[in-house]
Amino acid sequence: MAVKTLIEAIRDALAEEMRRDPAVIVLGEDVGYRGGVFRATEGLIQEFGEERVIDTPLAESSIVGVAIGAALNGFRPVAEIQFADFIAPAIDQIANEAARMRYRSAGEWWCPLVVRAPFGGGIHGGLYHSQSVEAYFTHVPGLKVVVPSNPYDAKGLLKAAIRDDDPVIFFEHKKAYRLVKGEVPDQDYTVPIGPAKVARPGRHLTVIAYGLMTTYALEAAERAAAEGIDVEVVDLRTLYPPDKATILESVKRTSRALVVYEDNLTGGFGAEIAAIIAEEAFPYLDAPVMRLAGPDLPAMPYAAPLEEAFMPNPEKILAKIRELAAY
Amino acid sequence: MAVKVVMPQLGESVTEGTIVRWIKKVGDRVEKYEPLLEVMTDKVNAEVPAPAAGILREILVPEGETVPVGRELAVIAEAAQAPPEPASVSAGVKGAEAADVAQQRSSPIVRRLAQEYGIDLSQVKGTGIGGRVTKEDVLRYVAERQQAAAPVKEAPPPAETPPAAPEEEVIAVSPMRRQIAQHMVRSYQTIPHAWLAMEADVTKLVRLRESIKAEFRRREGVDLTYLPFVVKAAVEALKEHPVLNAVWAEDRIILKKRINIGIAVALEDGLIVPVIKDADQKSIAGLARAIADLTDRARTGRLTLEDVQGGTFTVNNTGALGSIISRPIINEPQVGILTSEAIVRRPVVIDDAIAIRSVMFLCLSFDHRVIDGLTASRFLQAVKGRLEAFDERASVY
Repeated sequence: MAVKTLIEAIRDALAEEMRRDPAVIVLGEDVGYRGGVFRATEGLIQEFGEERVIDTPLAESSIVGVAIGAALNGFRPVAEIQFADFIAPAIDQIANEAARMRYRSAGEWWCPLVVRAPFGGGIHGGLYHSQSVEAYFTHVPGLKVVVPSNPYDAKGLLKAAIRDDDPVIFFEHKKAYRLVKGEVPDQDYTVPIGPAKVARPGRHLTVIAYGLMTTYALEAAERAAAEGIDVEVVDLRTLYPPDKATILESVKRTSRALVVYEDNLTGGFGAEIAAIIAEEAFPYLDAPVMRLAGPDLPAMPYAAPLEEAFMPNPEKILAKIRELAAY
Repeated sequence: MAVKVVMPQLGESVTEGTIVRWIKKVGDRVEKYEPLLEVMTDKVNAEVPAPAAGILREILVPEGETVPVGRELAVIAEAAQAPPEPASVSAGVKGAEAADVAQQRSSPIVRRLAQEYGIDLSQVKGTGIGGRVTKEDVLRYVAERQQAAAPVKEAPPPAETPPAAPEEEVIAVSPMRRQIAQHMVRSYQTIPHAWLAMEADVTKLVRLRESIKAEFRRREGVDLTYLPFVVKAAVEALKEHPVLNAVWAEDRIILKKRINIGIAVALEDGLIVPVIKDADQKSIAGLARAIADLTDRARTGRLTLEDVQGGTFTVNNTGALGSIISRPIINEPQVGILTSEAIVRRPVVIDDAIAIRSVMFLCLSFDHRVIDGLTASRFLQAVKGRLEAFDERASVY
């Protein structure tokens, strides 16, 4: 099996799905001849042509609006939002139209749409190229929200998202794009939307994470093991709807839970995970449910030391693991 | 030296008391046994005497407040002693309270495990923050206790054993003996036992068993005793009166959903109580097989930890040892224990005639904190009624 980066896995998934199904189209800013600013769509326009790989104006609301229209007319559009920070103008289309299409038409219409968006910091992107915005969408029933942490899951989940008949918001951590590598099969496979995965089994406490934070949590867990703390890492993969069963099964076993997310602490998606644990695993807990997240700041700072201070990283996760283990 | 005055235990089932009135004021001189304050409980009102002579230095609980038994109420400084700085006294008290709070603070899982295994958390060494007892600490304690209880080898006699006089003999206490002793003392000291006995006419049950026991032995490979019938009757009575399938937890009563019946198995050197899990889901034949299996493994030392845990009620067939009446000690933290006594043939008055019938006593010890005589009697009536209803038409499958 070939070892690939996360971005290569995304590109493979797009190309394979476009070959498999002529209804699959890609649209977004610079997705055509430029191949996407991160090169996620490189080579697609040469293979599939301008009719299926569409360069759009810099207008996110119209990118998603056009994609919804195409979806309702039999296409399976994959819309790219160049940076998740720019998705705000499209929220009306996503939340008010795509998410409720099936519900408001009593199942007569549906919207097989994927919105891909690179998110997250740690790449010196500053205020407008670093945000984590998943919590805007995990609050919207009717959407599925997916965040792969590794190349294998990225390819399998993106294929599953494209084949899903309802809208999927697909967040890709841009620092993970080339940092995280792994074996990816060449043949066709999907990873189902929904189930979380125990990325590392352990006995003493459970760390729940997604995206780049899964990679960091696994690194922290390795270092904690050297100190005699056996950490289980649960990779959510799908945020919404959340896989409560896997989360609760793990926490009931370890009795201790730490939720790690890069978004601002208050109201971030990890807060929902903490609430699920507190509500449904209370009799099994041996310590308070803890969270490690970005601080409540208006945006990711640009200056390197400040960006470092904002981002959760393996050292910070390890410190929190020690605190939880000692409780 | 300062002497502490604590809320006394005024009656067996009393857990708290209310301060009605302080008879003495701070600074008053008190004599030993002189009334210090008046306390009201739900059973009695009483004056609490001073435990020592001296000066009433500090009153810690004001009039009108209700506090648990054992809570410190006041401090008496002994007369000979120069009065210490008030600040240092109260600081000492606060420090002690803070330490208590740290030790008492238990997480939900720790509380649940302590309940399940009947553990006094103050006996467990805490390794968590501020000496907190963690889940791992409890599980380690349970494992150690089980190891200590396993009758693998005789423990050496403790060093402080006094030398035996020529006309005495010293017997080392085996780990199992010690475990039984501790368990019995804890149960008898913490549970206010009350006791009931009823007589059941089991003539028809005796006939039933006589008619099928040979065939049962041939088909099932185990003997059909009376015990599975008693367990079946107890299980059905527990379903009708679930409050006996429960645990007392100070401020609440925890009803157990599963019915797991412990059966006492006598060994030459002790006693062990393996548990029939989900006894309500077994037929008489199933119970007979489970009992035979557990008894056999108990006598050959092959029980697992799982076999002796999780009991919710206990049945003891004391009749097998020839007893016709007994007063069992409850298997703490359960609510009740039932004995089935020896079946004897006896002249019994039925209507206006005298008949020879097979009768047995059923004896029940119950936790009087959880239930009273009325519920206990109804439960025992239910057991009796079911045992008397077994007849030759009853199926054991």
